[in-house]
Amino acid sequence: MAEPDSLLADALQAINDSSDEKSLESLRVHYLGKKGSLTAQLKNLGQLSAEQRPAAGEKINVVKRQIQAALETKKLSLVEQSLSAQLSQESIDVSLPGRRESQGGLHPITITIDRITSIFESSGYDVAEGPEIEDDYHNFEALNIPSHHPARAMHDTFYVSPGTVLRTHTSPVQVRVMEGGKPPFRMICPGRVYRCDSDITHTPMFHQVEGLLIDENVSFADLKGTVIDFLHAYFEEDMPVRFRPSYFPFTEPSAEVDMGCVSCSGKGCRICSHTGWLEVMGCGMVHPRVLEMSNIDAEKYNGFAFGMGVERLAMLRYGVGDLRTYFENDLRFLRQFR
Amino acid sequence: MIFSEQWLREWVNPKLETRQLIDELTMAGLEVDGSSAVAHKFSGIVVGLVETVEAHPDADKLHLCNVSNGTDSFQVVCGAANVRTGLKIPFAMLGAEIHKQGEDKPFQIKKAKLRGVESNGMLCSADELGLSDSADGLLELPEDAPVGADIREYLKLDDISIELDLTPNRGDCLGIIGLAREVGVIAREDVSLPAQQEIAASISDEFAVSITAKDECPRYLGRIIRKINLNSKSPLWMQEKLRRSGLRSIDPVVDVTNFVLMELGQPMHAFDLSKLEGGIDVRLANKNEKLTLLDGKEIELSPETLVIADAKKAVAMAGIMGGLDTSVTDQTQDVFLECAFFSPLAIAGKARGYGMHTDASHRYERGVDYQLQRRAIERGTQLLLEIVGGEAGPITEAIGNLPEPVQVGLKYSSINSLLGIEIEQAEVLDILRRLGFGIANENGESLTVDVPSFRFDVSIEADLIEELARIYGYNKLPKAGGLSSQLLKSKPETVTGIGSMRQQLVALGYQEVVTYSFIDPAFAATVCPGEEFIRLQNPISAEMSVMRSSILPGLLSTLIYNENRQQERVRLFETGLVFSEKAGETRQIGMISGLISGSRLPINWTNNKEICDFYDVKGDVESLLSLGADLSTYSFSASNHGCFHSGQCARVEKAGELIGHIGALHPAIQRKLGIAANTLLFELALESIKPRLLPQAKPLSKFPEVNRDLAIVLDASTSSAAILANVRENAGDYLTNLRIFDVYQGDAVEKGKKSIALGLTWQHPSRTLSDDDINTIISSCVNGLQDKFNANLRN
Repeated sequence: MAEPDSLLADALQAINDSSDEKSLESLRVHYLGKKGSLTAQLKNLGQLSAEQRPAAGEKINVVKRQIQAALETKKLSLVEQSLSAQLSQESIDVSLPGRRESQGGLHPITITIDRITSIFESSGYDVAEGPEIEDDYHNFEALNIPSHHPARAMHDTFYVSPGTVLRTHTSPVQVRVMEGGKPPFRMICPGRVYRCDSDITHTPMFHQVEGLLIDENVSFADLKGTVIDFLHAYFEEDMPVRFRPSYFPFTEPSAEVDMGCVSCSGKGCRICSHTGWLEVMGCGMVHPRVLEMSNIDAEKYNGFAFGMGVERLAMLRYGVGDLRTYFENDLRFLRQFR
Repeated sequence: MIFSEQWLREWVNPKLETRQLIDELTMAGLEVDGSSAVAHKFSGIVVGLVETVEAHPDADKLHLCNVSNGTDSFQVVCGAANVRTGLKIPFAMLGAEIHKQGEDKPFQIKKAKLRGVESNGMLCSADELGLSDSADGLLELPEDAPVGADIREYLKLDDISIELDLTPNRGDCLGIIGLAREVGVIAREDVSLPAQQEIAASISDEFAVSITAKDECPRYLGRIIRKINLNSKSPLWMQEKLRRSGLRSIDPVVDVTNFVLMELGQPMHAFDLSKLEGGIDVRLANKNEKLTLLDGKEIELSPETLVIADAKKAVAMAGIMGGLDTSVTDQTQDVFLECAFFSPLAIAGKARGYGMHTDASHRYERGVDYQLQRRAIERGTQLLLEIVGGEAGPITEAIGNLPEPVQVGLKYSSINSLLGIEIEQAEVLDILRRLGFGIANENGESLTVDVPSFRFDVSIEADLIEELARIYGYNKLPKAGGLSSQLLKSKPETVTGIGSMRQQLVALGYQEVVTYSFIDPAFAATVCPGEEFIRLQNPISAEMSVMRSSILPGLLSTLIYNENRQQERVRLFETGLVFSEKAGETRQIGMISGLISGSRLPINWTNNKEICDFYDVKGDVESLLSLGADLSTYSFSASNHGCFHSGQCARVEKAGELIGHIGALHPAIQRKLGIAANTLLFELALESIKPRLLPQAKPLSKFPEVNRDLAIVLDASTSSAAILANVRENAGDYLTNLRIFDVYQGDAVEKGKKSIALGLTWQHPSRTLSDDDINTIISSCVNGLQDKFNANLRN
């Protein structure tokens, strides 16, 4: 049987030479296992004299600890080696793009309507919708535009049949809401509208957002506050806003609203035709006759209405140059709004 | 409405610069659309007198003239045909500069030699001064033009034409008289209204006038003027005023009526008296009555058209256009001058109905002052006599049913409640008076006004308050909080918002589009064969003439548009109404529709080049539907519909109600439309997929789940929905999940058969399910499948 010293030397050599965890484990069994050589030496201690036993035992234990330590160290180093081999083997080009569905997107008209809607919803306005094929009564008569009114010439109307039109504005939704409910009303109605007109600055279909507030003691000052605050909120800019007297048969007084050009800060540029002002909406105090026709007590209630062109607001906010691009739906155009 | 600033300033001349005047008009509700100078910029041009004219020694077409500027005489070579001794013309002296609009540099008049003869200046045409587009020789100045006077001053050329975009309620501003009134109010300046003249009759001839249509024609004035001289020309000042108002000079009679139209806003008409028979009657057109108008068009008059007729025939379309046969020509010697008030309702929409629009109809349909006719006919007569001479008869007036005078009340307190501001009572009265309202009574709290006869747009208190606000200034009115609601609002949780649906599709890679609601009937017929469309009566073009009955044609044309622009993978969706007619009723239904084509995923380095198919679009639809009700409430069954592939189309039902379709585009339609890529579509009724259940939490079972797989072979034509339904029937109450995890058709199974692998999961709420429990269930499932589909367990 080998002396502990030579056994130690062999063991350390073998541990050092071992190249994987499996052979290291068999070395442990070989030396330290129940049937291992060092274990056998311990068992043989009994054959020694009582004087010799402690020293010999101590020697074997030292060897054992040394082998254990060597095994431990080697194991750690082997684990580390194999991990680092795995890591280097598994390393990839992280600059390659990920695996995914492409990003879709909303149409700028929807984005704009959503933005307008969320501003008004935060002030307690409801959203209403209505039919696009509309009867003459709701589109015109109930809005104080009788059949021979010169204002009808301002609405280039598409006819489906003599008494049926494609709505020329979203105002008929106001009428439908007022007919179907009780004041107070706070609502906006976004949607498609149609005019028989097509050139560089007109498409035969476009979008409006109509707003209506009916309550007790509403004044033009409230209308001004609402319109100005809305424009400031929408454009995130406190540009000047001015009101010009205008005419709509369904409001009295009526106003056109101009805001300081957001492109040139009112200095004058191509977008504002060098006036410094951009016409952005029409508004006014709801005409008492319109309230009466919708069975609302015009003595008790009054209110205001406003209407804006969605394409126009989107053009100003996102720098869209040509109205017609909204409806060409060129994906290269639409992807810019993602 | 185009008008000359100078002309306006003759009536009212506020201390406002031109720029300020324009701004004030706009801010008072008379929107200025634009303005332009009435002449080129120039200097050094005076009234010249041609003293002598001789032929040029070396040129046939040139003349040698001596021209006086009042102090000196200059030799000038001139090529104009109308140059003659005694003529007064614009004379550009040496050193004069003319700067034409649109040119970079001014042009300077220098001493020159023309064919060897010295020329010291230039005689000018209207064109050279910028007074006209075309020149017909030298501009001939009136005989009384003061020689040597600066032309700019003499012709008042430091003027601009201002174009107003008037709203239809302001017919009263369609004449200088109304504009002057308005400016007078804005600037708080008095208006110098010329005194109304009275032209005494020098002959006694009258032409009878009667009114049959008394509501439509409340007032008609006429007068004969005999022996006019139509060889005379309108004076330069009148031609200039007309030109600056956007009107051409035609002949003295037309010019005078146009002048009165511009000055007073009152349309007039002149007939050739010799062509009129009997007397004038104002009546509605007779059945099948025809009239040839001044512009040469023969019109068949509709019975509600108001006409001016003589004893025999209609001679003019009242308030719109005169007739050709009775019009004034260069042969005319005697005229009958008409000046009438037609009620706005009688004229409104009529011209449009005939596809016409005239200066007269524009004014009458907005409302002409019904007290103005006498002033206007006197003014017209005076001008005519001045220009063409002649003898005027007395005015004949016929009266129909004149409008009732309107009174409107106003409480001072209403001003504050409508505008949110107090306006001083004195200012209220001043504004109303200047606007022409008569104060009928006033008691410190309220007042009643007489609405002037030229305002057809004021009938209620709010109208008066608008007038006050307009003049007081909209921008001086206060801004208040805007009355936002104090109430908390709830949004129903049992409705899926359209916003979440859009977001879901966006997350699935879809791009939203917005296509026109009116589409090409030929394209639509290809995509939606056999469908009836709602047609527009007046479409913008044939390609946009029917209302869409489906969003799919719009999506397909968008696909084609983008395929033509090298977009190979396209995923689109749109929401909106579709239109149809059933049993005379128009149906407008909200739809959400989508289209995918090209590769399943975006092409990238992972080399996934599979083309999308039915199950891709179905998966997307399932994701969309899952936002609302449980997916198990929907069923998909084979269908053969519209533009879909007959073998790859499903109708989608919810509780037995059809809510839409999904499927592949029919290959024949794909070929016909020239679409390159494999294309799948879906269209679902929005309202049907919105409802969802409010989640109700149930306690979780503490006991383990049990899973079993089952593989069966059965006829390939058996639908998996039927298989799942059959298994569900037999799988007991504790089945928590059932899924298909493999479908196989091929060599390993008999031809015409398929193998389906099912995964089942159970869980009992209060105990552990035993193997026996599960074995019993499985055999009952297998038996069920055998009985119903003749299915066998796969080995």
